[in-house]
Amino acid sequence: MGKVVLVTGVARRLGGRFVRRIQRDPRVDRVIGVDAITPEHHLGGAEFIQADIRQPGIARVLAETGADTVVHLDVTAMALGSGSRTTVKETNVIGTMQLLGACQKSPTVKRLVVKSSTNVYGSAPRDPAVFTETTPPKSLPSGGFAKDTVEVEGYVRGFARRRPDVAVCVLRFANILGPAADTPLASYFALPFLPTVFGYDPRLQFVHEDDVMEVLRIASHEPERGTLNSGTFNIAGDGVLLLSQCSRRLGKPTVPVLLPAVNWAGSLVRTLGVTDFSPEQIRLLTHGRVVATQQMRETLGFRPKYTTAETFADFARSHGPGLLPPEALAGAVDRIAALPALGGGHPPTQSAN
Amino acid sequence: MADAKVIPFDDDRSRGSAVQRPPRRRGAGSRRKATAEPALVGDVQPLPSRAPAQDDVPVTREEQQPERPQDEGGLERRIAHGLDFLRRRLTGDYEVDDFGYDAELTDQVLMSLLRPVYEKYFRVDVKGIENIPSEGGALIVANHSGTLPMDGLMMQVAVHDNHPAGRHLRLLAADLVFMLPVINELARKLGHTLACAEDAERLLGQGELVGVMPEGFKGIGKPFSERYKLQRFGRGGFVSTALRKGTPIIPCSIVGAEEIYPMIGNAKTLARVLGIPYFPLTPTFPWLGPLGAVPLPTKWTIQFGEPILTDGYPPEAAEDPMLMFNLTDQVREQIQHTLYKLLVQRRSVFF
Repeated sequence: MGKVVLVTGVARRLGGRFVRRIQRDPRVDRVIGVDAITPEHHLGGAEFIQADIRQPGIARVLAETGADTVVHLDVTAMALGSGSRTTVKETNVIGTMQLLGACQKSPTVKRLVVKSSTNVYGSAPRDPAVFTETTPPKSLPSGGFAKDTVEVEGYVRGFARRRPDVAVCVLRFANILGPAADTPLASYFALPFLPTVFGYDPRLQFVHEDDVMEVLRIASHEPERGTLNSGTFNIAGDGVLLLSQCSRRLGKPTVPVLLPAVNWAGSLVRTLGVTDFSPEQIRLLTHGRVVATQQMRETLGFRPKYTTAETFADFARSHGPGLLPPEALAGAVDRIAALPALGGGHPPTQSAN
Repeated sequence: MADAKVIPFDDDRSRGSAVQRPPRRRGAGSRRKATAEPALVGDVQPLPSRAPAQDDVPVTREEQQPERPQDEGGLERRIAHGLDFLRRRLTGDYEVDDFGYDAELTDQVLMSLLRPVYEKYFRVDVKGIENIPSEGGALIVANHSGTLPMDGLMMQVAVHDNHPAGRHLRLLAADLVFMLPVINELARKLGHTLACAEDAERLLGQGELVGVMPEGFKGIGKPFSERYKLQRFGRGGFVSTALRKGTPIIPCSIVGAEEIYPMIGNAKTLARVLGIPYFPLTPTFPWLGPLGAVPLPTKWTIQFGEPILTDGYPPEAAEDPMLMFNLTDQVREQIQHTLYKLLVQRRSVFF
């Protein structure tokens, strides 16, 4: 029996990479990539069908291809190219509704994988320090991508109720980073200096693109023995980095700004349309967010290759040093240590170690 | 301390006056060994005939060390250690846990800032430290008072500096703490987290020592006339958390914190405007401005009581409200009783 995988959102790097990855999988016979625009990158020989998932035409695509596994990756925070926030929101919410409607009609679909985000938990000072999959958010996100993901997950839950024969897997990814990631946080870290909220040092978690590929692959196949790959899972690398650590490891100076000023500047920037620095992004960079990954390890049976710190190190390597490279700072401290006035008897290597 | 003091004499004196000190220093040394190589080299340097306790007492007691060669070695070592610390901080090469607890910063900087207040200002006496297990989870339940949560911080220093295993107390704090800028950052780095069942259970499950003050704002913001009268213990959520995890509950009574800011009035309207639970009026605050915010130098006693074991109960006990109320009352009674006992023993508020 051949396995046919339909992937949405392949015009994005993540989608394109996943198509190439799953195409090489011996257990998969046919891969169909779907997106509203033609991808700029190659899809490794996979078929590409130009279809807008916001239109009912997606049902025909699904019926014609007879896909048994649908991987819905077109739930994204940032517009591709020059798209506006409205388009992104429509693709996220209306697109998911149309796709789920099409899946509900299709008799061939056996498995649905949806890319979500840990944004669904929001970030508030009243929240517990670590979110599990069952933690109800104290304050639901009021708008932006976070609200989209909450709505998408709501529709997916409805679909899972109506089609109990389809295995549904919702993957809540922490901030995806990697050499090629195009997420809001990646563009934030690409700034020459990092504006931070004064008096707050948020805890952040990252997941590497390679791990994203691997967990999507696990979720789109039959579960391994002793594991279960339907349900909702938090996906994040081990450990936590504080924003202050991130800035120091990147070697970028921070500019602390008072919270009211940040909110005001954020809305100004949004109005001018320079960048989509959304309120939920500001909340994340104020209060931070950490999720528990016990379910991912024990139920899904997935162990990320990269920890949060390693993911960030890989991202930092691909972006080059900032204005204050950590190596230079370390060298400066070593030179102070080597000064004869300060413990000249010691070889400098002692403190450089 | 005179320079010419004979060594055995000095040794005896330091042992006698600071019985609790050596374990902490040893604990700090072993942590240093684990984290940084240079510190390891430094630790080996002192003469083998001198015990580490004796070598370390002057470092914290007095800035000057009695012997010259040791002084130089110690200074150099401290500079090397300090620079190594600076280097790691500047390059972001340190670890924090899921709750944002920065063990290195707490040990090296924040604790050193709190220690003078603990040792010199409030002169905290600690009793019953042996009731805290040396490993595994335990829930310390204490009374709360003093307008500002100094008692929590002092309890954290008391546990860390006096416990033979140098255990770290992870305090559960009110949500207000995590809304305020700077305060929330420091609280997270000190290992505090939000007082909610999820966080408490996660910490206890990791085998941490968790500190909670169930009186909350009712306790800390009570008027001076009600000092040492325990308020209602919330809804007893701490008991069900301990029951679910099967960890012992250790009652803790803190004497002295109630008098640091004698709260004679509460400007409720101002508090509502500022969005805080109470706005204290003391004989000095806010009349003397920032000077009025200096706490009174009371003499403190922190007593840890006999642990109340919870592992004997069946798993469904956490759902039994009657048992929960009984245990809550038992903990509350024990704390209140110890408070009265300590108050009778106390000679004066300030000495």
